[in-house]
Amino acid sequence: MLGRTASSLFWMARYMERAENLARLAQVGHRVSIIPDGMGGYREDWKATLASAGCLPAFEARGAKLDAATAQNFLLFDRAHASSIRNCLENARNNGRAVRTALTREMWEALNSTWIEFAAIDPAEVGPGRMVELLDWVRQRSGQLRGAMLGSLLRDEGFHFCQLGTFIERGDNTARILDVKYNVLLPVNEALGGERNQHQWDTILRSVSAVGAYRYFYRDRLRPRQVAEFLILRPEMPRSLRFCCDFIAPSLGALAEMTGGGAASLALGSALAAELRGTDLDTILRHGLREFLQEFLGRNAAISGALATDYHFD
Amino acid sequence: MLKTQAYNTGNDTVCFDEMLRADFSARECYRTLFEWLQRQSPSGIRAKQAEADAIFRRLGITFAVYGAAEANERLIPFDLIPRVISAAEWRFLERGIEQRVRALNAFLHDIYHRQEIVRAGRIPSELVNGNSAFLPQMMGFDPPRGVYSHIIGTDIVRTEEDGFFVLEDNLRTPSGVSYMLENRETMMHLFPELFAAHRVAPVERYPELLRQTLQSVAPSGCDGEPAVAVLTPGIYNSAYFEHAFLADQMGVELVQGSDLVVEDGALWMRTIRGRARVDVLYRRIDDAFIDPLNFRPDSMLGVPGLFDLYRAGRVTLVNAPGTGIADDKAVYAYVPDIVEFYTGEKPILKNVQTFRCSIAEERGHVLEHLEELVVKEVHGSGGYGMLIGPRSTRQQRADFAERIRANPGNYIAQPTLALSTCPAFAGSGIGPRHVDLRPFVLVGDRVRVVPGGLTRVALKKGSLVVNSSQGGGTKDTWVLED
Repeated sequence: MLGRTASSLFWMARYMERAENLARLAQVGHRVSIIPDGMGGYREDWKATLASAGCLPAFEARGAKLDAATAQNFLLFDRAHASSIRNCLENARNNGRAVRTALTREMWEALNSTWIEFAAIDPAEVGPGRMVELLDWVRQRSGQLRGAMLGSLLRDEGFHFCQLGTFIERGDNTARILDVKYNVLLPVNEALGGERNQHQWDTILRSVSAVGAYRYFYRDRLRPRQVAEFLILRPEMPRSLRFCCDFIAPSLGALAEMTGGGAASLALGSALAAELRGTDLDTILRHGLREFLQEFLGRNAAISGALATDYHFD
Repeated sequence: MLKTQAYNTGNDTVCFDEMLRADFSARECYRTLFEWLQRQSPSGIRAKQAEADAIFRRLGITFAVYGAAEANERLIPFDLIPRVISAAEWRFLERGIEQRVRALNAFLHDIYHRQEIVRAGRIPSELVNGNSAFLPQMMGFDPPRGVYSHIIGTDIVRTEEDGFFVLEDNLRTPSGVSYMLENRETMMHLFPELFAAHRVAPVERYPELLRQTLQSVAPSGCDGEPAVAVLTPGIYNSAYFEHAFLADQMGVELVQGSDLVVEDGALWMRTIRGRARVDVLYRRIDDAFIDPLNFRPDSMLGVPGLFDLYRAGRVTLVNAPGTGIADDKAVYAYVPDIVEFYTGEKPILKNVQTFRCSIAEERGHVLEHLEELVVKEVHGSGGYGMLIGPRSTRQQRADFAERIRANPGNYIAQPTLALSTCPAFAGSGIGPRHVDLRPFVLVGDRVRVVPGGLTRVALKKGSLVVNSSQGGGTKDTWVLED
C-alpha cells in the first residue's frame, strides 16, 4: 500500500467523522438557542458551540457578528472555513477519490452520493425548519460510510488506517467538548447543589448523542461526576476517550505486525490506552481535569503525527 | 414504440443506417434488436434510461469539460440502444486493425533507428525530423520486444455496407476503455433478456489482457513477476476515473508522480512498508510531463530521472515516449504507404481522403473547396480547432483561409463524411444518430483486439460531431459471435 493511500484513507475517515461531530454540535447549538433562559431571552450559546467545534478563533478572526445565522453558516456551508461540514464532506470525498481503488464500491457510493447531494443544497433555502433535518441527514450519511466500511472492507492495512482516522478524530472531538465545559463538571458544582447546571450537563451529553445512553447506564439523574466518567473512562460508551483508545491501540498493533514497522506510533498509542485503563476519576480530578484534557489532546495529536511518519504519509 | 416512418436523421443527406435498409427492413445482425425495439414502450425505455443515468452518476463516472469550470464533473450521456456489429464485419476490422498497428509500430522503430522509409523516399524527411511530435531523445533506443505503442485506440467510421475508414490512430494515451467496460456492465444489468437473445462477445477480459500485455514488456533484467503500476496526473484529470478503474480491475497500484522515486538504478513507489519496485509503468500523462529533468522542467506530474532510467532499460514506459509522431495528422495521410512499406501488403482498412495543406496543389484545392471540407489542425484533438465546411459561415471560412495561408503545414482537410447512423433513444422516440467506433488494441508479446469498443454517438439530431466535449454520448458496442 502506498503511503499516500494510507494517508488518504486516514483523512477520509477523519473528515467524515468530523462532519458527523460538527452536525451534532450544530444541532445542540440550535436546540439551546430556542430554549428560554428565564430572563426574557434564550439560552443561545453559539460561542461555546464554535469553541467545542474547535473553530472559535477562526470565526473571531473574521470580525463578523456572532448569531444563529452566521454561526450555522460558518459551521455548515462556509467554503473559506477549512472545517465547515461542506469542506469536510468534500475533503472526505476527494481523499476517497484519490484512492478509489482502495475503497469498496459501497464505501465509494456512500461518499460520492453524500458529496453530490450536499453540494446541490442551496444554503439560502435551508431555513430553521430544514436545518435539523439536514443535520440528521449528515449524521446518517457518516453512519452509512462507516457501515459500508465495516460491512465490506477487507481487514487489511487500509481498514486500520480508516479506523485510526475515525477514532483519533472522535477522541479529539469528545475531549474538546469536555475542555470547553470542564468547569461545570468540577465536583464543586454538585456540592453547590448544581440544579442550575443541569442543562449544561444535558448539553454536553447531547453533543455526543449520549443522553439516553447515560440514563440507561446509570439509572440516575445527571451528576457532573458521572457525566465526566461516562465521557472519559467508560469503555461501554462509544464516544468516550477510553473507548477511542481501546480501538486506536489495537489498530496500531495490527499495522505494526502487518508491516514490521510503526514502532513510534504504537508506543504512543499503547501508553495512552494503558493509562486510561489504569486510572480513575478521582485521580484525574486530583491531577486537574483541565490539565488532563489538554494533555490528552496533545498526546492524541502526537499519535496522528507519529502515524504519518511511521507509514510514509508524504 | 419504433415508428419506421419517423425514423430519419432530419436532414437531407443520405447516409448508411446500420439497422434499417432504405425499405425499412432490418439488416441481418439487427433483426432481433429491431423486433425488440418495436415492442418497447417509450415510458419503459425512459425508465431504463433514468436507471442507467443514476448508475453512472453514483459511480462517479465523470468527465471534465474544458473551459467550463463549474461543470467540471459532467456526465457523458449514455445511450441505451446497443450498436451491433456482425461477426464477419468484426473479423474484417480486426484483421485491418492488427495490420495497421503492426505497421505503425514498425514505423516507429524505423524512424527512431535508420529511417529506412525516409531513405527510400516514401515519406519526406521534414515530415519526421521537423515534426514537433518527433522525440530525438528516443533515437537508437530499443524498447522491450520492439514495441512502442502498446495501447492503441483506432477511430473508425463507416459510410456504407463495406465502407470502413480509419479516421485517426491514437497511439499516445487513448482513453475511453472504461466506458466500454462500464457500458457493458450497465447494459447487462438493465437488459438481461436482450443478451439472452443475442450471442454477444464478452469484453470483460480487457483488464486481464491489459495486465498480461504490460507484464509481457517488462525490462529484460526483471526477475519474478513484473510489478505494474498506473501513473495518473491525479483526481482533477478528466480521465481520472478511468485510471483508477483500470488499476483496480488489474489489481495494481494507481500512483502519482509524488509516489515515485528513481533511486539505485530502479523505479520505486513509496509504500507504508518503505519502497517497492516498479518494473512497468502504464503512464497516463503526456511525454512532456514524464520527467522534469529531461522534458518540461516545470512538470509536477512526473518523476525526475525517469526517462534516463527508461533509456537504461531498467523500467518500461507504456506507451513509449515519442509515439505521437505516428498519429500526427500530417503523418496520417502517409499511413497507407507506411502499411505497404513495412508489411508488403495492401492496407486492409482505408484512410479517409486527406489533403495536405503543406503541398501547394492540395492546398489550392482545399482553399477552393472550403465549403465542402472539414479542416483540422495537425496537432488538434477533441474536435477543437476545426472547420466543418458545410456548417460554416462565410466569415469562419475566410478566417480559416487566412490561417491556412499563414501556416499551411499546420492544416489538413478531409471531405465531410456521411457517417453511418445507428438507432439512439432521443427523449421522445428512437431515431438514427451518427456514430463512430474506437476499438481498443493491445500490443505486447502478441496483438490483442477486444471484440467491441467504444461507440461514440452524436446525440443532437443531424450532428456529425461525436466528441463528448461537444455533446456526444456513448453506447455499448456488441460484436456478435457466429
